[in-house]
Amino acid sequence: MGPEASATELLAALASGATSALALTEAALARIRAVDGHLGAWLRTDEASALETAARIDRRRELGQPLGPLAGLPVGVKDMICTRGMETTASSRILEGFVPPYDATVVERLRAADAIVLGKLAMDEFAMGSSSERSLRGPVRNPWDLERVPGGSSGGSAVALASGTCPLTLGTDTGGSIRQPAAFCGVAGLKPTYGRVSRQGVIAYASSLDQVGPMARSVRDLALLLQVIAGHDPRDATSLPDPVPDYQAVLDRPVDGLRVGVPAEYFQEGLDPAVELAVRAAEDTLRGEGAVLVPVSLPHTRYAIAAYYLIATAEASSNLARYDGVRYGHRTAEPTGDIDTLYSRTRAEGFGPEVKRRIILGTFALSSGYYDAYYLRAQKVRTLVRRDFAQAFERCDVICGPTSPVGPWRIGERSGDPLAMYLTDIYTVPANLAGLPCLSVPCGVDSSGMPVGLQLIGPPLGEATLLGAAHAFERATGHAARRPPEVHP
Amino acid sequence: MSAAGWEAVIGLEIHVQLATRTKIFCATEASRDGAEPNTLVDPVTLGMPGVLPVLNREVVELAIRLGLALGCTIAPRSRFSRKHYFYPDLPKGYQISQYDEPLCTGGAIVTEVDGEERRFRLTRIHLEEDAGKTVHDALRNRSLVDYNRAGVPLVETVSEPDLRSPADAMAYMKAMHRIVTALGVSDGNMEQGNFRCDANVSVRRVGDPRLGTKVELKNINSFRFVGRGLEHEIARQVDVLEAGGHLVQETRLWDEAAGVTRPMRTKEMAHDYRYFPDPDLMVLEVDEAWIERVRATLPELPRARTQRFVDALGLSAYDADVLTQSAARADYFEAVAQAVGDPKLAANWIQGELLGLLNKDGLDIEASPVPAERLAELLVLLRDERLSSKMAKACFAEMFSSSVAPADWLAAHGAQITDEDTLRAMVAAALDAHPDEVAGFHAGKAQLLGFFVGQVMKQSRGKANPQRVNQLVRSQLEERR
Amino acid sequence: MDAAPSELRIDIRQVATLARLSLDAAETRELEGALDRILEYVAQLDELDLDGVEPTSHPVPLRAAWREDVAAPPLSRDEAFANAPDHDGTAFVVPRVV
Ligand SMILES: [Mg+2]
Ligand SMILES: [Zn+2]
Repeated sequence: MGPEASATELLAALASGATSALALTEAALARIRAVDGHLGAWLRTDEASALETAARIDRRRELGQPLGPLAGLPVGVKDMICTRGMETTASSRILEGFVPPYDATVVERLRAADAIVLGKLAMDEFAMGSSSERSLRGPVRNPWDLERVPGGSSGGSAVALASGTCPLTLGTDTGGSIRQPAAFCGVAGLKPTYGRVSRQGVIAYASSLDQVGPMARSVRDLALLLQVIAGHDPRDATSLPDPVPDYQAVLDRPVDGLRVGVPAEYFQEGLDPAVELAVRAAEDTLRGEGAVLVPVSLPHTRYAIAAYYLIATAEASSNLARYDGVRYGHRTAEPTGDIDTLYSRTRAEGFGPEVKRRIILGTFALSSGYYDAYYLRAQKVRTLVRRDFAQAFERCDVICGPTSPVGPWRIGERSGDPLAMYLTDIYTVPANLAGLPCLSVPCGVDSSGMPVGLQLIGPPLGEATLLGAAHAFERATGHAARRPPEVHP
Repeated sequence: MSAAGWEAVIGLEIHVQLATRTKIFCATEASRDGAEPNTLVDPVTLGMPGVLPVLNREVVELAIRLGLALGCTIAPRSRFSRKHYFYPDLPKGYQISQYDEPLCTGGAIVTEVDGEERRFRLTRIHLEEDAGKTVHDALRNRSLVDYNRAGVPLVETVSEPDLRSPADAMAYMKAMHRIVTALGVSDGNMEQGNFRCDANVSVRRVGDPRLGTKVELKNINSFRFVGRGLEHEIARQVDVLEAGGHLVQETRLWDEAAGVTRPMRTKEMAHDYRYFPDPDLMVLEVDEAWIERVRATLPELPRARTQRFVDALGLSAYDADVLTQSAARADYFEAVAQAVGDPKLAANWIQGELLGLLNKDGLDIEASPVPAERLAELLVLLRDERLSSKMAKACFAEMFSSSVAPADWLAAHGAQITDEDTLRAMVAAALDAHPDEVAGFHAGKAQLLGFFVGQVMKQSRGKANPQRVNQLVRSQLEERR
Repeated sequence: MDAAPSELRIDIRQVATLARLSLDAAETRELEGALDRILEYVAQLDELDLDGVEPTSHPVPLRAAWREDVAAPPLSRDEAFANAPDHDGTAFVVPRVV
């Protein structure tokens, strides 16, 4: 049994001695070497440390010592998340060579759970993108069709799963960056309630929107990983103090009578008919499982993208001000006589075009005379989007719709038109604005045979309900079992 | 000073470093004596990727304390914003500071200027983090950055433009310094930059309600610099205007050595700080219970203490002022006064003897070789006439240099002679021994009185009570007339 | 009422200076075009009447979290300088400021 098996199966095999952490880690590394050259999901692995950790876990198991809930499982971590002693770059040249002297809280929790941190996963630079075309090592490719994008920005995290190189990965989601690549690659991904998972040690893109979340090939595995990373962290002032429920215990709860809200606004112009078909079929499946479909309305959805791009870029322009070539990261090699030239050249060389575009837009949105018209206005729209959801959740328990209006596009197809790319985030962005938990599970294919994702959105701290509904859906269909064709040179 | 017919309008911004153990948003020590550069830094201090600020509760506690002492309104909800600019000693590219919703608003400093009570209003007090320190290495044409100070907690106290002269400014600043140190919210160390002052200053014709062009004056980080810097800047502004010129709104630096203010290198672009609420920090809520808890622990403030020294202890206004220059000085005084039961005696000795010797050695009262209990022991002996004041001074000098105990000194030197019969006999003996001088006195040489007193003191090796001897010489000479 | 976004234009050079990004002519042109289109799109927010609507800065309202005033060890000098582009063993080194 290798890294293509589910985490749940692997834990059983590890416990029974059918495999070992070392064997599993070696197999994962071998598979990365075999297939990832064509995919580009892994920016780097730390073989020595992974193998050493695996051997240590095996030894502890032999000695009968207590082990954590992920003991022996190789896990891939998006390069947005800091790993002590392991280069962390946010897929940006400006951070090339940066080795954090600390672990993000989520990584500490992985290590405490005896997971094996296998390496760092590719992404759009600073998580700014929906295609993973702007990774440090060139575009990441979708294993279902190497000419197509895997979605983004957590494209590497989705591809690593879809290509069977490891059973669990971490992604980050600011405007859909976990859910959309999960949908595009036929895997599952969950963005928790804002504050449910610590952001400490997670490189900031837009602080009031960013969340770390689990990605896996099944809903049960999602629950397993969420259980480990969720919970209060005193080092993150935006972390929620609420206790963490037992996510796995609620997985098999029947969805009888579950009220599933269907927002009319998520089925409008711009939605690919094949995607709509798959999502409508998923609604039927849920109804078949005993759920009750309820029409709901989210009238401010059409303003969400505009509000989102103002808020996200404003916060990003601030968060990225620290990359100045003074304390860490890239510094221009050109001679600079004064500090401002050093800043401007360092940043011009270190940031890619999309990052520059967002820094400029965000700086503008915060600048004197424009703050009220842009940033403040966007924050007010955010209030309206939150209200929409609050009202909808008076009538339903979860909201269901497509994760993305379209399936994976061809590499390069949308890179010339940033706005067109932004608009594909229409269904994912609102939940970030409102801080709500949401997930994506596979629910079929589009007209090109590429995976389509079903999105479920819950009320604050509704992760357990989401996982339960998604699990019922997954069991009732065969979508989760579908695997992409084997990658060949 | 400025020419007649002109008036200055001054507002002060004083940054005060709060006396916490750790920085405002991380657990690194805020300061340590003799810390080498970049040894008080952690990933938060260095603005490393992904790390987050968490507010130090003690910072808020101390700021509330200061706010309450100054009569400010403590906001039930305040918040932190980000102030953006690029400078190497600013690790994140922004400073976390309170902007549109500060913790404290209103309040005032009440103090005396030229014997007159004045009330200077405060606009606000807000919390913020300090930046690091950049040192310019001219020789190698580079700058060196030390982040030890980065993230140190500050309050910025902002006055209304209520001050009208350098004397006002100095009085305000001194009063603020006295208050922050008396409250224990800051050590107020000005050499280390823990209490720093900037001024906004403009001038206008007396009677003109409009405000003139404002100049921000920096590098006035001592009471002296504030006085001299403002004096020169006001004179400069008046000169420019009287010569028919006009002023530009700018930032100037006080150059103490040259005795002039100079424009700071103007940035090529106007500042646009792009403030917005820091999304990493939640709204700061301070409830009534917290405020009341802090209020209950407020000590008596310097001004109230000065007043009490006058009203209840009978000190002169001058003495009371000197003795409340610092909380430590006032504590010392009160301990001595209480033990001796004679506030005036304690005040005289502390001002006359103790502060004199301390000043000579450049010592603060906290470092006095004579602790309050020891001085009190001495003054009790003096009060009970076991020592003459001359003896007490001699004893005190030894206490200061070799920390001898007054009782031991007394044992070694013998007590003052106050017994009436003994003294009477000593005086009689002195008169008997010098009949010529007695006759001279009776012939009108009144100055010979001192001669007899001196004889008795010499005979007693300084231990006879001089006042009593004086009286006895007088009366016995009269008796023998 | 707030100023309507649609009436505002972006001065890329000035904003780039504020953001400390040096842009070449081609980048400036490309950015101008892209940002114009984005701002045009964003102008649809003008349609909304936002008077009296409170802004949301945090998606989940929470009370401020505290740290007690207890010290933890700092980074060692080696750790502090490990990622520095230039340092002299005691300080971070930059070109002359001022
Ligand atoms: Mg100021
Ligand atoms: Zn300040």
